[in-house]
Amino acid sequence: MFLLTPNGYRQLMKSEETIMIKMKINGQEQSWDGDPSLPLLWFLRDEIGLTGTKYGCGQALCGSCTVIVDKQAVRACITSVSDVGGREITTIEGLHPTGDHPVQKAWRQENVPQCGYCQAGQIMQAAALLMDNLKPTHDQIREAMSGNICRCGCYQRIENAVYLASTGV
Amino acid sequence: MNIITNPDRLRGIERRIKVENVSRRSILKGLGIVGGLVLAAPLLSRQAFAAYQTGAGKMPHGVVTDPRVFVAIAPDGIVTIVAHRSEMGTGVRTSLPLIVAEEMEADWSRVKVKQAHGDEVKFGNQDTDGSRSTRHYLIPMREIGAAARTMLAAAAAKRWGVPASEVKAVNHEVVHAASNRRLGFGELAADAAKEPVPNVGSLKLKDPKNFRYLGKGEISIVDLRDITTGAAQYGGDVRLPGMKYAVIARPPVTGGKLVSFDSADAMKVPGVEKVMEVQGWPWPSKFQPLGGVAVIARNTGAAIKGRDALKIVWDDGANGKYESAAYRTELEEAARKPGLVVRKEGDVDAALKSADKVIVGEYYLPHLAHISMEPPVAVANVKDGKAEIWAPVQSPGGTRDDTAKTLGIPEDNVTVNVTLLGGGFGRKSKCDFALEAALLSKALGAPVKVQWTREDDVRHDFLHTVSAERIEAGLDKNGKVIAWRHRSVAPSIASTFAANTVHQAPFELGMGLIDMPFEIANIQCENPEAAAHTRIGWFRSVSNIPRAFAVQSMVGELAHATNRDQKDMLLELIGSPRIVNLSSVKDPWNYGEPYDSYPIDTARLRRVVEVVADKGGWGRSVPKGHGLGIAVHRSFVSYIATIVEVSVDDKGKLSVPRVDTAIDCGMFVNPERIRSQIEGTAIMGLSLAKYGEITFKDGKVQQGNFDDFPVIRIDEAPRVTNVYIIPVDADTPPSGVGEPGVPPFAPALTNAIFAATGKRIRTMPIGKQLET
Repeated sequence: MFLLTPNGYRQLMKSEETIMIKMKINGQEQSWDGDPSLPLLWFLRDEIGLTGTKYGCGQALCGSCTVIVDKQAVRACITSVSDVGGREITTIEGLHPTGDHPVQKAWRQENVPQCGYCQAGQIMQAAALLMDNLKPTHDQIREAMSGNICRCGCYQRIENAVYLASTGV
Repeated sequence: MNIITNPDRLRGIERRIKVENVSRRSILKGLGIVGGLVLAAPLLSRQAFAAYQTGAGKMPHGVVTDPRVFVAIAPDGIVTIVAHRSEMGTGVRTSLPLIVAEEMEADWSRVKVKQAHGDEVKFGNQDTDGSRSTRHYLIPMREIGAAARTMLAAAAAKRWGVPASEVKAVNHEVVHAASNRRLGFGELAADAAKEPVPNVGSLKLKDPKNFRYLGKGEISIVDLRDITTGAAQYGGDVRLPGMKYAVIARPPVTGGKLVSFDSADAMKVPGVEKVMEVQGWPWPSKFQPLGGVAVIARNTGAAIKGRDALKIVWDDGANGKYESAAYRTELEEAARKPGLVVRKEGDVDAALKSADKVIVGEYYLPHLAHISMEPPVAVANVKDGKAEIWAPVQSPGGTRDDTAKTLGIPEDNVTVNVTLLGGGFGRKSKCDFALEAALLSKALGAPVKVQWTREDDVRHDFLHTVSAERIEAGLDKNGKVIAWRHRSVAPSIASTFAANTVHQAPFELGMGLIDMPFEIANIQCENPEAAAHTRIGWFRSVSNIPRAFAVQSMVGELAHATNRDQKDMLLELIGSPRIVNLSSVKDPWNYGEPYDSYPIDTARLRRVVEVVADKGGWGRSVPKGHGLGIAVHRSFVSYIATIVEVSVDDKGKLSVPRVDTAIDCGMFVNPERIRSQIEGTAIMGLSLAKYGEITFKDGKVQQGNFDDFPVIRIDEAPRVTNVYIIPVDADTPPSGVGEPGVPPFAPALTNAIFAATGKRIRTMPIGKQLET
């Protein structure tokens, strides 16, 4: 394999050669033979075109990139592709076949989003919470959702929507 | 319809409109391009219809109201309405088309919204900032809808051979009641398109009592479903065949330059394909790129990793000494000395001298970063002398113009596609990130996406200014305020456009300084000099943040000094219901609006205070450690009052159990989105008050991400935010909603903290000041 450099093409060095990593994303087999330390976020967005998962901070501080890995909410920006080899990953695109997961429905009923950019991460975090805790209290919702930042400030509606999703939409 | 070709004629029509402010080039060019089509004459149309004028016609490229530009009807009846302003969370992409649908009697469930590309000749001004969209476009959008409705009705009347006066458009159909005939919009579309566009003066707008959507109930945003499924397209979601991914290392100090770089290690990173210099412009250069070193890779992750491995030598230049603590001292010292007088009524010096008591408040507010959740990002494809941009920009027209100039190609060869914005807050009014993508795409001969990391965003922002505000208030022996001197010192946004700027521009002075509404006999506002050492830009509500904080904090200080209730003190200072006379001010600015339509009306200011006090339970008893604070501010020609309930525990930890806000924004379109904006501004207001601070050392921003520039998270959010929208009649000019919620929040909060603890916060952010 060759790389384009400012001085022309050069051969890939031994250390750059990589192994094939396989995983299941939204029910489909995917594989990656590039840099195993590539953050899952950029693999999803740039390599396989699942752009619903958003970049917000790159340091697991904001939750915009939240996906579900084997029923756990995970920040895709600090999770490398090699960390998820052999695992099942769900992104916002795969949360529900028609986009009608109770959390998604509740989100629409409460008119939660403003700009909407953080909402995929918020929804995935909320969906993971409800897998773990079917009937969270308002305080539990605020605690579980506190890793997800919304700069528009939709928090009151997020809290109400998660509660609504847990009580039936 | 009138086509204005002679600016002198225009000048005669409406004395308030300064034609010299409209780019002559744009008027002529506009006519040239639209040829035989009608270029709406916005000033005339205002004259023809509305009970009020707005500043819309003064904006670059003015207003276009040709229905054929904005409305298309398919044979199946689907009505497509163009949204020409950018969606960043305010709901404008829904509300402007909704106005058209209302007026044309379209059924909203059969309306699709199409986003306009950047073309101000075709669509009129597209700068989505200044909380202007509804206020400038309510009437033009109604005119577009009315014209479309008239054309549909005319087509139906012709087909039936009946007078147009006998037919009526009702809910996506035209009806001839006498013969009980009806035709759907889709069936009429082809014929309606052949009808002449009616003269604006002949249009009949709907009676507001027949509104189905405007001002009513809950209209969900058109992107709601796509947002919840991940299908909504933001700037970074654009993917083109062969697209390269780039990140850029930029000079860490504003005005700094690249000296040299070593890319050897970066090139070893798997996936990195190229490292190259990006052209930068000397500071200040408006929105031109900062320059630096770009890493091009097959994905963003590789590009970031490659950039981490770069070794770069920078020349920091003259701003390498910028240091926030020292600069604060400079500002505060300047505020203690006389400065440029920008408003003068009575004799403030004599009144302060004669005063029984003088209260002095010195307030400091640091730089703030915008940090919209979507950092700047843009895709460009430059090929064969043509450029296509996909970007989350608030300024599609400006982006097109700047791209053309930067690449040295005609504007007609530039297409700017506007994606959804993952927040904007003023940052995305500056298109430097799109220009970077254009430069790189041109150099590489391939489509390029430039992604800013969060650190890039925080460290290379066009920051909210930093300011010292000093107010001296003189009281007579009865406790009446007889003198008010406000000195406001801050580097100006104008410094981003022109070197050696030391005074605030009229549009900054007009944000809470010279337009201060209190009824005081002796008032003087001054603006001492301040030089900028970094890029300063618009931040949601702009200079209103420091001015409202200072003025409304001083109200709290005066209430305390005279042992009065905060709200009573506030109402006394506002004084009698009246139109504030700003004749002593050279340029009152007034958000670009004619003062006749948008005066400072203290009756409306009083009303929001009274409504929020009533509905928000002012004076209610609160638990120990809690306090209530109130503040009011007029900005973007809207009136907003907020009550904050705060709780401060024995360790000094603060929380906000409840917020109540009343807003009078004139005639409104979608109350659902007004509530969401006000809920959001409570969060943003709390963020900036509690944590917001960008500091410099050695000319470099010291923060970089949400760990050292924190914002409010859900567990700190107010438990409840109640919003009261003041109902007005349909003739009350609409005013801003996106920004005005921010300014009163911080002073209401700190007034509440004073009530709870007796501690007066004069320096933002609150940070650890309450800790014990």
